[in-house]
Amino acid sequence: MQPEAKQLEKRVVSVLDNYQRDKGMLVSILQDIQAEYNYLPRETLEQVSQGLDVPLSRVYSAATFFKALSLTPRGRHLINVCLGTACHVRGAVRVLEAMERDLDIKAGETTKDLEFTLETVNCVGACALGPVVIVDGEYFGQMKTEKVKGVLENYT
Amino acid sequence: MKRLSSPIELEAIRETITSQRDPNKPCITICSGTGCHAYGCEKVASAFREEVKQRGLDSKVDVRTTGCHGFCERGPLVVIRPRNIFYQRVRVDDIPEIVSQTILKDNIIDRLLYTDPNTGEKIIYEPDVPFYKRQKRFVFGNNGYIDPTLIEDYLAVGGYSALSKALFEMSPEAVIDEVKKSGLRGRGGGGFPTGIKWESCRNAASSDGVRYVICNADEGDPGAYMDRSVVEGNPHSVMEGMIIGAYAIGGHEGYIYVRHEYPLAVKNVQLAIKQAEEYGLLGNNILGSGFDFSIKINRGGGAFVCGESSALMASLEGKPGEPRAKYIHTTERGLWDKPTALNNVETWANVPLIINQGADWFTQTGTENSKGTKIFSLVGKVNNTGLVEVPMGITLREIIYDIGGGILDGKKFKGVQTGGPSGGVIPESLLDLPVDFDELTEAGSMMGSGGMIVMDEGNCMVDIAKYFIGFLEGESCGKCVPCREGLKRMREILTDITEGRGKDGDIELLERLSTVLIDSSLCALGATAPNPVLTTIRYFRDEYEAHIKEKRCPAGICKELITYQIIEEKCPGCGLCVKACPSGAITARGKKEPVVLDQEKCIKCGACYDVCKLGAIKVE
Repeated sequence: MQPEAKQLEKRVVSVLDNYQRDKGMLVSILQDIQAEYNYLPRETLEQVSQGLDVPLSRVYSAATFFKALSLTPRGRHLINVCLGTACHVRGAVRVLEAMERDLDIKAGETTKDLEFTLETVNCVGACALGPVVIVDGEYFGQMKTEKVKGVLENYT
Repeated sequence: MKRLSSPIELEAIRETITSQRDPNKPCITICSGTGCHAYGCEKVASAFREEVKQRGLDSKVDVRTTGCHGFCERGPLVVIRPRNIFYQRVRVDDIPEIVSQTILKDNIIDRLLYTDPNTGEKIIYEPDVPFYKRQKRFVFGNNGYIDPTLIEDYLAVGGYSALSKALFEMSPEAVIDEVKKSGLRGRGGGGFPTGIKWESCRNAASSDGVRYVICNADEGDPGAYMDRSVVEGNPHSVMEGMIIGAYAIGGHEGYIYVRHEYPLAVKNVQLAIKQAEEYGLLGNNILGSGFDFSIKINRGGGAFVCGESSALMASLEGKPGEPRAKYIHTTERGLWDKPTALNNVETWANVPLIINQGADWFTQTGTENSKGTKIFSLVGKVNNTGLVEVPMGITLREIIYDIGGGILDGKKFKGVQTGGPSGGVIPESLLDLPVDFDELTEAGSMMGSGGMIVMDEGNCMVDIAKYFIGFLEGESCGKCVPCREGLKRMREILTDITEGRGKDGDIELLERLSTVLIDSSLCALGATAPNPVLTTIRYFRDEYEAHIKEKRCPAGICKELITYQIIEEKCPGCGLCVKACPSGAITARGKKEPVVLDQEKCIKCGACYDVCKLGAIKVE
């Protein structure tokens, strides 16, 4: 076994143990594993299936059903453009399009250099600041197309 | 901390906590709700702590970070209790002055006060601010007073006294009766009477006696964040309601299902559970009553459909969140096939109030069939964005104009969307509609969980309908055909209309598809999905027709149907738009010469429109 794979095992086990291997906590477990790895590598899904004694197909189906979970690696910086209704009526789509142009990717994709992942989110509850963009947990409010470049420059 | 083992001990500890607190001691409360967080309230709070410490005022002034106060538009908010001096848009630089002037010398700082835009009057005290004045903050009121991370703060405002009353003075049946008498209806959107739900859950057969209680905090409505603010700002009030509910139905295990996008809510609830357990208010033998109840927290995975009860329960079982047909109610066979009482955050938070103050008190507020208050998240094109708690029966006009301060930038009101993706758009002609469960349904919309999105003349109603249908299409779990395929088809038709390919008969086709979805979808997601389309057709049909017949978007939103143009008289050729244009469609012709826009190259991104300060660009 490669050293990397061994380490995988340990991190997964510790997440499983945090939840006493409770099958009902599958989604929370996958979220925590994703927080560790930044995405859900195939091996981790297999180990979760073993560890919880749940068929791999079930783990896979949960992992692909929920939007918060990703089976592909994500960028170093996670950009979330809020497309909640309040942001939408204040022009969030134009902000998203500007992001897409600037990064040369579509929403849901990751830049080739693995720097940025661009995602959309349905409301983050900061409607007073709409349109809102969140980069790595930091909020940028009253966004406009012209502010997009400036925001991204903070992270390159 | 010693576990409390009787109501007397609970009252004794409450007495100890309050006696250690001087009600006249100034307390600087800083709103730490999501909105204020985004404005940087954390820095403000730590600057206050630092300033107080440096001046050696630790023993004379308290600094407290609280949950959301509601007036997000004006954040960061600072209220100095007990006088309730209200400062808004406070910056770190203002803090030394606040401490030296207001705290030490009782001087009011004018520039930090809120100015009533109608009268120009500066308002000093929080309750006098028009945004708060018209509200009735039963559920939400304590948010501005307590630190959600301290159970002592909740106890100091009378927390867990309703639980003690229910456990020691009331039978489970009496609790259910009181809730039934109060007329409390589910705040998550459906409006089902809570007491009746509990009763059928209590009476449902369970082979091993297991029953579950669930708090639905999977607030997925885009544009609504009131549940988040209650859970984040006053988690104990929700938990107290749950424990009372569990006692009423005879359940011993509960779950709080929180959206994973709400990390602070997760954190505060985890902490609250731990504290309540330490105090003996949760766990085995609560307050020595012999009643056991525990709460687990579960994070949702970002699926709107998981707000639906049976989908939420599937997700709690570790399965994909797909709903099932509910021929058998979840109150009979819910989580792990056991009788389950699921209520929304706000519903649970109402329960302690009802138990403490009685159903008679509760029914004094509201309309005939909708009692109590409702929290709305008032957002969109409105001056005072924020969370408002109002008595049922208040009119939309009062909410939007008196509390919300009217429409942003003096524009014209067009419609207000209530009920999230399951609701509809209500036009100006119905602004005097009293807001309650039945009136909103009558108007083709619904109460929903409480999103209220105000729209002005610059919003296209076909685009709004397309937005919601697109949202729901993405969130549909795909299990039943009408919802999965119907929404897709509706989105295609709406896209055609907004892109200039609309044709006669499209409106009627949308209506027919809507009927199919309403009649035959498996769950409420599909069955209510057509509401945004049906209401916009009902109230804004002319706008659909302009798109279809004249290939024109009157609001200037639908890209394919508009062009950007330079108003030459207004353009000084400053060149800002030239720089902003990503496609090189605008060329400068030198100073004082208006710029030229090449329609061939224009990608209609709106960058020029955003950047122009002089209004020299118009949309047609």
